[in-house]
Amino acid sequence: MDVLFLSQLQFAATCMFHWIFVPLTLGLSIMTAWMETKYVTTGDDTWLRMTKFWGKLFLINFALGVVTGITMEFQFGLNWSEYSRIVGDIFGAPLAVEATVTFFLESVFIGVWIFGWNKVSKKTHALTIWLAAIGTNLSALFILQANAWMQNPVGFAIRNGRAEMTDPLAVFTNTYGIIKFTHTVLSGYALAAFLIMGISAWHLLRRNEIDFFKRSFRFAAIWGFIASIIVGISGDFHAVEIAKVQPSKFAAMESIWETKRNAEMCLLLIPNAKEECNAVEALKIPGMLSFLAFHDTNAEIKGLKDFPKDMRPTVFPVFVSFRTMAAIGTFMIIVSLAGIFLSRRDKFEDNKLFLNLMLFSIPLPYLAQQMGWIVAELGRQPWLVYGVLKTSEGVSKSVTATQVLLSLIGFTVLYGVLGAIDIYLLVKYAKKGPDSDLSNIINVQGRG
Amino acid sequence: MDISIFQITWFVLWGVLWAAYFMLDGFVLGTGFLSGIIAKNDTEKRVLINSIGPVWDGNEVWLLTAGGATFAAFPTTYALMFSNLYSALILLLFSLIVRGVSFEFRGKIDNDIWRGSWDKAMMVSSFLPALLFGVAFGNIFKGIPMRNDFVNLQFTFEGGLIGLLNPYGLVTGILFVLLFAVHGALYISTKTVGDLSSRALALANKIWPALLVVAVVFLAFTYPATKLYDNYLNAPVLIIVPIIAVVSLILIKVFAAKGEKGKAFTFSCLTIVFVVFTGVTGLFPNLLPSNIDPASNLNIYNSSSSLITLKLMTVVALIVVPIVIAYKIWVYRIFRAPVTEEQIEANQHPY
Ligand code: HDD
Ligand code: HEM
Ligand code: HEM
Repeated sequence: MDVLFLSQLQFAATCMFHWIFVPLTLGLSIMTAWMETKYVTTGDDTWLRMTKFWGKLFLINFALGVVTGITMEFQFGLNWSEYSRIVGDIFGAPLAVEATVTFFLESVFIGVWIFGWNKVSKKTHALTIWLAAIGTNLSALFILQANAWMQNPVGFAIRNGRAEMTDPLAVFTNTYGIIKFTHTVLSGYALAAFLIMGISAWHLLRRNEIDFFKRSFRFAAIWGFIASIIVGISGDFHAVEIAKVQPSKFAAMESIWETKRNAEMCLLLIPNAKEECNAVEALKIPGMLSFLAFHDTNAEIKGLKDFPKDMRPTVFPVFVSFRTMAAIGTFMIIVSLAGIFLSRRDKFEDNKLFLNLMLFSIPLPYLAQQMGWIVAELGRQPWLVYGVLKTSEGVSKSVTATQVLLSLIGFTVLYGVLGAIDIYLLVKYAKKGPDSDLSNIINVQGRG
Repeated sequence: MDISIFQITWFVLWGVLWAAYFMLDGFVLGTGFLSGIIAKNDTEKRVLINSIGPVWDGNEVWLLTAGGATFAAFPTTYALMFSNLYSALILLLFSLIVRGVSFEFRGKIDNDIWRGSWDKAMMVSSFLPALLFGVAFGNIFKGIPMRNDFVNLQFTFEGGLIGLLNPYGLVTGILFVLLFAVHGALYISTKTVGDLSSRALALANKIWPALLVVAVVFLAFTYPATKLYDNYLNAPVLIIVPIIAVVSLILIKVFAAKGEKGKAFTFSCLTIVFVVFTGVTGLFPNLLPSNIDPASNLNIYNSSSSLITLKLMTVVALIVVPIVIAYKIWVYRIFRAPVTEEQIEANQHPY
């Protein structure tokens, strides 16, 4: 196994692991802030208990998001030093801005939020979770703009053997990144909403704290529905943008081999990469694909055969991931809409079928999240910076295969153990339900 | 404006960010690895953890900022520093990961074996970064065996993990450990009350002589081992930097012996900052020298970003850093009161 392959494996593994925790942080931070605001404005204790309960799960999850993020920051220099040297002039800036602008905001105010219940006024306390949530969401903006630059490089020129920034505004307002930001952040909200609905369903099935969990469910259903709709719409924008700037990825996402006009969309399709064709194509909608990609049924779609073999991404995982993600997205829109109506009914807690459905839906958005990155990153291969730098040209030269193998084993063991503990704790505290004793919070909140 | 003004500005900022990081995370690391020695029971351990709880993550972000600034302002240095020191930095990274979760996980399951394991994990994972940062900086001061051809863009490294453990690297490592130990003990003494506070102060007083000895060895050893003194010989006024470091180091003891913990802690902050400045001043204009070929040194001129990026980053830093410092001061003021055992027993603290 060579350094390149091992480094790719390690990067993918550590990214995907970071990404188990990040989407929930994005969503739950904002939703917890919303709950606490409701408490401050209405004075209703149930909102306070909701803030505490969901906030606790948020914090358990947050811990691993933070520590796995440090890995991400280090890895560019560790494993991708040629990449860092060649594009650091552009790529380093958003990362540095992310650290100074957003990580400080998030880490400092999370500290005040956790430890400040009896130190600051009610309003200030609610403000701290908002600042932390805003920091968290803004951090996604910068890191995704950095990633978007790799997908659609803009505002640079090749000079002195590297890519130099010529137009910072173009880099920071890359349309590709704005779409990515919308899609990713909202998919985090959708994921968090489905987690809240799922856990609430578990408790409702056991008739624990019916009021508390019904309210949590209703609250989350609305978030889930709105977020899922926007995820779907921005996903469509994503695909349109990709058709424009990354034709090889688009062809892989849809498994199109021959270039054609008026391309049809097959609802059922199985690619056969060896023969460079599709083994099965059925349920065709004529012109649909051209329409989706260019909003014109007669537009030309480039097929994979138009790219040299070593310039194509691996079709199968990209194709399957894209389909699965879109299917899950559609499912989430329908189910959360149903949730809004059903949870307003009187005997909602008796609707065993729907509650079980919601409970077992918890993993689906997680799956869609991972699939999304597989589409984005695998689909970009063999490019590291699309059209500019190949992945094989970005890897560190002074690092040996043994070093990477050892660190990869280290990450696997360490992340495996920490991940297991964190999920165990999440389940444990989710099952435990909200604290009934508010005396601690109440007596110190008197200063409000 | 000429690009060299920005390159120098970012060199200064680079030094300031590292100094801020070591000053702030230094006491968290110190508190972490001393916790097993100072705290006698579970309540005292929790006092210690809750005294750093609200601030540790915010302090660690200075490391991310220092790393991010290196990436954005001196990408070639970031790239070669991290890849050439791969194994050492992976170890450092694993330690930082374990330390971060140990605060959060420790109290989440009510079981003595569980808590005991995390206590040990916290001590080891706080000790290792202190040592590794010292070893890394020792080697940065000394230079590492690399050959860099900036014309043909060929970069090679001729060292390894074992090579980093040379005597000078180790002395710097021990220097960092002792600095953070004294710093951490003084932090504990200011943030706790009663017996715990006095024990921490006594420990700081006890470690200080060892720190002094190692500091003297470090300063003497620096002459043959590195080229840091060249800048001081060329511009003697600079000697003020190490002098402030030494004077602060002595004032730590003066105040600690009198029991004035707050002042002693202030001077341990100053000592750490000026120890870093001493090294960085000696390095200028290099960021990472080579000890086999002076033409291969990575300096602020051959490894910096373009003018546009440097300007952009300067504007961001000038606006954002003061705001960050302002709200950090506000937070330290909110949590200025010591943590007491009564509060822990009344469950008023989350960890
Ligand atoms: C800022 C940039 C960036 C960001 C935010 C991400 N990635 Fe990425 N990804 C890369 C930058 C990158 C890269 C540096 O471009 C890699 C490394 C090696 C490569 O082939 O591309 C890559 C590779 C890569 C691969 C392997 C592709 C291959 O080796 O063929 C996968 C599966 C992912 N990434 C998945 C993810 C996931 C799940 C992420 C969620 C956090 C993620 N990436 C975020
Ligand atoms: C490869 C690029 C990435 C790097 C270098 C990176 C870096 C980091 C770092 C250093 C932290 C810890 C901050 C702290 O100490 O508080 C962190 C946490 C976080 N990151 Fe990442 N990250 C990356 C990818 C992403 C992406 C793509 C997103 C979002 C779209 C993201 C969102 C977050 C969030 C929300 C947190 C806060 C805490 C948490 O994760 O639970 N990160 N990241
Ligand atoms: C409803 C249909 C959906 C469509 C049409 C869609 C479309 C897309 C496309 C085209 C990409 C690739 C972007 C790139 O290559 O740069 C993508 C990425 C992604 N998707 Fe989706 N998506 C949908 C639903 C979802 C859902 C339900 C989730 C998760 C809850 C999700 C999470 C993600 C994530 C995390 C990424 C990677 C980040 C990014 O590139 O934006 N998507 N999506």
